[in-house]
Amino acid sequence: MTKILLEAVRKSFRTLEVLKGIDLSVDAGEVVCVIGPSGSGKSTLLRCVNALESVTQGRVIVDDIVMSDPKCDVNTARRNIGMVFQSFNLFSHMTVRRNITLAPMDLKKTTKPDADALAVELLTRVGLEDKIDAYPRQLSGGQKQRVAIARALAMRPDVMLFDEPTSALDPEMVGEVLAVMQQLAADGMTMLVVTHEMGFAREVADRVIFMADGMIVEQGTPSEVFGNPREPRTKDFLRRVSQAG
Amino acid sequence: MDFAMTIQGSWSLLLTGLVTTVIVSLIAIAVGTVIGFVSSLMGLSRIWVLKALSQVYVWVIRGTPMIVQAFIVYFGMPQLIQTFVPGFTISAFSASAITLSINAGAYLSEIFRGGINAVDPGQVEASRSLGMSQARTMRRIILPQAVRITIPSLVNQFIITVKDSSILSVIGLAELVNRAKVYVGGTYQFFATYVLVAVLYLAVISALMVASRYIEKRLNRDKDPA
Ligand SMILES: Nc1ncnc2c1ncn2[C@@H]1O[C@H](COP(=O)(O)OP(=O)(O)OP(=O)(O)O)[C@@H](O)[C@H]1O
Ligand SMILES: [Mg+2]
Repeated sequence: MTKILLEAVRKSFRTLEVLKGIDLSVDAGEVVCVIGPSGSGKSTLLRCVNALESVTQGRVIVDDIVMSDPKCDVNTARRNIGMVFQSFNLFSHMTVRRNITLAPMDLKKTTKPDADALAVELLTRVGLEDKIDAYPRQLSGGQKQRVAIARALAMRPDVMLFDEPTSALDPEMVGEVLAVMQQLAADGMTMLVVTHEMGFAREVADRVIFMADGMIVEQGTPSEVFGNPREPRTKDFLRRVSQAG
Repeated sequence: MDFAMTIQGSWSLLLTGLVTTVIVSLIAIAVGTVIGFVSSLMGLSRIWVLKALSQVYVWVIRGTPMIVQAFIVYFGMPQLIQTFVPGFTISAFSASAITLSINAGAYLSEIFRGGINAVDPGQVEASRSLGMSQARTMRRIILPQAVRITIPSLVNQFIITVKDSSILSVIGLAELVNRAKVYVGGTYQFFATYVLVAVLYLAVISALMVASRYIEKRLNRDKDPA
């Protein structure tokens, strides 16, 4: 079953065309990693999926809801699409508990005891149940990102979008976040992940997509893309990342 | 130069002035905050008429001296209104409250607008990505954070409003400076009287600062590592 479908998606910022005709479908339970050089349009692609960016042309469909339709009720549709950001974006004036319970209580009319139980359950899942009453400032980067994942899961989404979730982390904290994501993938979550973590993509992804210059240049299983890239631009990119890493 | 004598002779007069200063300032702070808040939202609106109204308001008030605004409200407006409503008058107190409120509102509008703009756009995106509407995001995320950001500037503006109320003595508002002038006119105790007036302003403004420090502490609990 197709969860995310992009059809001939084009996106321009004024005169700059950032997405130049993207076709992509992600099945239920599939984990798709998007890799590619800076400025190739990876974040923009992800943000078109939950309509944080509007598309200039083409269609974006998530769970049979046409997100790109101007008449689409995006507020309702987005409840089903969790998003995790590079810079965490935890609500800085709220405790960890409130970060997690806010949306379920406001949007789903979840009662306070139920929302609290949900917060405890999700925090246990990301290994941070003891931080429930902390404020974001009191957490390390890796802890913040795990709370952000718990917050996104609180709406019980069918689909999760990750935009470089470990790029802002100190190296020793990358592992704890990737472990949570790996568990999520194992639990059958549909995931679209922009990442520079080639190890994670290799190990966890069902499919890897290489983007450059607003287009999907190459895609396939991790062993195809990493082991035997066909396109010169993919080879070039992989060579440069492996040198840097 | 005898302070004891000046205090004894002037305190009842200065006290009535102080009460008027405090009341007119509190009104201006309350009404000005409401005006400023609404104006800041208008200024951020995508509806250009609202935006233009807010911008013109801020531009006119900031670009003219308050003494002129007070003259227009107290002497000018009644004259204009009298052509429709014969015999219309306005009290010095009403004119003062209106002038000071409108004046504070313009500056507060800019402070609120700056505070709202200073909220990290990432906070808004996180909220919207959860399915929270724009209005709900404003209420739950943007405004609570904007208020924390703006408190120091808000307090600063409140202090200016208290001090600026003294300008309204020119239209005969019986506030602190106005009463002091009356007392000095009869006694020639310039130094002692005006030092006393300064001390009274300092007391009122210190109370304001203590109150705001307390509020700031309470709101910023999330900033202290516990
Ligand atoms: N809101 C915007 N307005 C104008 N241009 C934008 C905007 N957002 C992105 N762009 C431009 O679109 C292009 C693609 O940006 P995008 O953030 O999608 O790239 P990316 O692949 O995620 O890069 P990175 O790896 O650095 O995150 C860039 O040239 C960027 O400057
Ligand atoms: Mg990006």
